[in-house]
Amino acid sequence: MKNDSPKDRAVCDAFIRDFQNLEAQLNGQSSTPFHEKRVRAITTFAELGFPNMRQEKWKYTSIAPLLKEKFQLASAHKITEKALQPFLINGLEENRVVFVNGYFDKALSKYDMPPGVLIAGLDEAYHSHAALIDEHLGKYLQIDEQPFAALNTAFARDGILIHIPQNTVIEKPLHLLFISDVDERPFHSHPRNLIILEQGSQLSLVESHHTLSPDVYFNNFVTEIIVGPNAKLDHIKIQDESKAAYHFAATQAKVARDAVFNSTGIDLGGAILRNDINIEFTGENAEAQLLGFYYATGTQLMDNHTFIDHAVPHCNSNELFKGFLDDKSHGVFNGAVLVRPDAQKTNAFQQNQAILISKNATIDAKPELEIFADDVLCSHGATIGELQDDHLFYLRSRGIGEEMAKAMLHIAFANDIFERIKIDAVREKLEAEIIARFGG
Amino acid sequence: MISIKNLHTSVEETEILKGIDLEVKPGEVHAIMGPNGSGKSTLANVLAGREEYEVTAGSVEFNGRNLLEMPAEERAREGLFLAFQYPVEIPGVSNANFLKAALNAIRQHRGEEAFDAMDFLTMVKERLQLVEMDQKFLQRAVNVGFSGGEKKRNEIFQMAVLEPQLGILDETDSGLDIDALKIVANGVNKLRNPQRSFIIVTHYQRLLDYIVPDFVHVLADGRIIKSGGKELALYLEKNGYDDLLNGNGKAAV
Ligand SMILES: Nc1ncnc2c1ncn2[C@@H]1O[C@H](COP(=O)(O)OP(=O)(O)OP(=O)(O)O)[C@@H](O)[C@H]1O
Ligand SMILES: [Mg+2]
Repeated sequence: MKNDSPKDRAVCDAFIRDFQNLEAQLNGQSSTPFHEKRVRAITTFAELGFPNMRQEKWKYTSIAPLLKEKFQLASAHKITEKALQPFLINGLEENRVVFVNGYFDKALSKYDMPPGVLIAGLDEAYHSHAALIDEHLGKYLQIDEQPFAALNTAFARDGILIHIPQNTVIEKPLHLLFISDVDERPFHSHPRNLIILEQGSQLSLVESHHTLSPDVYFNNFVTEIIVGPNAKLDHIKIQDESKAAYHFAATQAKVARDAVFNSTGIDLGGAILRNDINIEFTGENAEAQLLGFYYATGTQLMDNHTFIDHAVPHCNSNELFKGFLDDKSHGVFNGAVLVRPDAQKTNAFQQNQAILISKNATIDAKPELEIFADDVLCSHGATIGELQDDHLFYLRSRGIGEEMAKAMLHIAFANDIFERIKIDAVREKLEAEIIARFGG
Repeated sequence: MISIKNLHTSVEETEILKGIDLEVKPGEVHAIMGPNGSGKSTLANVLAGREEYEVTAGSVEFNGRNLLEMPAEERAREGLFLAFQYPVEIPGVSNANFLKAALNAIRQHRGEEAFDAMDFLTMVKERLQLVEMDQKFLQRAVNVGFSGGEKKRNEIFQMAVLEPQLGILDETDSGLDIDALKIVANGVNKLRNPQRSFIIVTHYQRLLDYIVPDFVHVLADGRIIKSGGKELALYLEKNGYDDLLNGNGKAAV
């Protein structure tokens, strides 16, 4: 194990013991290719241990608070239909897939899909679609250097499985809800999502994360996405976990020739949030838009690590992150872009803008551009600022209260991101949420 | 309406207003003229509640209440409006959302019901005509990319929507061509009534041909050094401030 602190080792051992319990539960499945991946992953995790701040990718992010907690592996749990109501989105109520503490909740899910489209809980689907899952799961995400992804793979059991066949266009956005509800002890949960869009297909996904109580828990997601040739995926993720929770999410997207992948992340919750979003272009003329908005208060730590791999020519990536940091919160942004020698005619654009609302808030932002092709258009920029006093005064001088005025200016700052959310009900709900929470 | 007594104001330890006395009664229009840097905008901003300016002495009563104790938004809700000399651009906030929030905050303060989207639109469209502005301005971000003249008209438009009791216009005429000036002046004149008062800061008599003031004051070096009727503006236009001031900008008398 790379990690030499005995305390951290004890924490790792606790997870490994939980893995052994899981294995005992899974007796029927213990010889499947899926389970072989789990076994390899727990070994990798045991070797890696949890990361620490001496490692480049964790330089600014201390996970010490996470390691102090005691978690038990999440088990299936029921919530009421009523508890779900506040999280539903106008117009998407009949198009929802619900997970509770990481487990697919069939009773709370409702959706109607064209023939050939597969939308299912991963665990259940492994009985009927093992070949598809075995073919893709774990193929795209490298766990060797990612302890959290290794941990997810070790515990991977349920999550969303989406398979959209060739030339199938799903008109209505699909809402994925991940609800956390702590029963007795804090849980750890490792949902594993696999989203496959075949050639020429289209899907719009709204993924949202909520909690029923302000408890401590640990959600550790991995999402593997394949956007096939000429396919288009719009993916909005709204993360509104408990302020005491830990949310780790690694996303690995492969974007094929002529395909479009739009990813928008909105982060509001979590004591520690870590997003790792990796996008790999595998065919020419593909396009990715990566948007992020975060709003941290209290002592929240919000860390976005992105990596865009321009492996082939003629692809466009456009990345914009905007964040507000209030109180004693801490933001981290690391945007890596790699333009490989063959990737001529690449356009890669990256912007990171943060506003420090309080003097005690901090941001560590680092662009990491590595460009090995010569005929490319790449730019990056970072700004760190404050709300402008004269803007605030202008609004107040017209009778708008200070809190409301601040909220309006916050929304305005975030507007670059929000205006690109094409689903009106989602955008309006988010704006209302932000005004209610941070404004008047 | 407003009663300013011996008002002293400093910015970063420098005294800018050195004892202003001014009484404006309902329905009156007062013009304030004076050289650059004399403190006209400072006075306007102090009245509007800008916090960088420290009031070191004096008092301001607005409709019998202590104005200086109120935060900026409360002053606006009580009926004070400042048309800024340099209106700021606020990207991402639409004129319509901005005005609706302002109007409803003021209506709520007065104990009136908030306007819904329809009522708001109807009333706003009517007020746009007052300053001959196109409806498309509503959807644009506040002042962003507006020409100088459009910004000034937007100020008057906001005033027309918010219907203050006291409008303070800080050089709303500066930089306007004669057509735009007429539109702005016409807008203000339509808002004039026996209850509503105006303080109009200007460098130019030209505006006062269209908005005829009841009183004209000359502000120099942080003091009102002369007050008179509308003929004072004509006199200043012809003779400048020189014979009111001595060489170093201080009052000669
Ligand atoms: N925020 C500030 N910080 C420092 N000095 C200031 C500030 N605001 C105004 N001043 C100074 O106060 C004095 C008065 O400025 P003010 O803007 O009130 O003048 P004015 O009469 O409006 O001039 P103009 O006719 O050019 O608009 C000037 O010397 C100016 O530099
Ligand atoms: Mg001025």
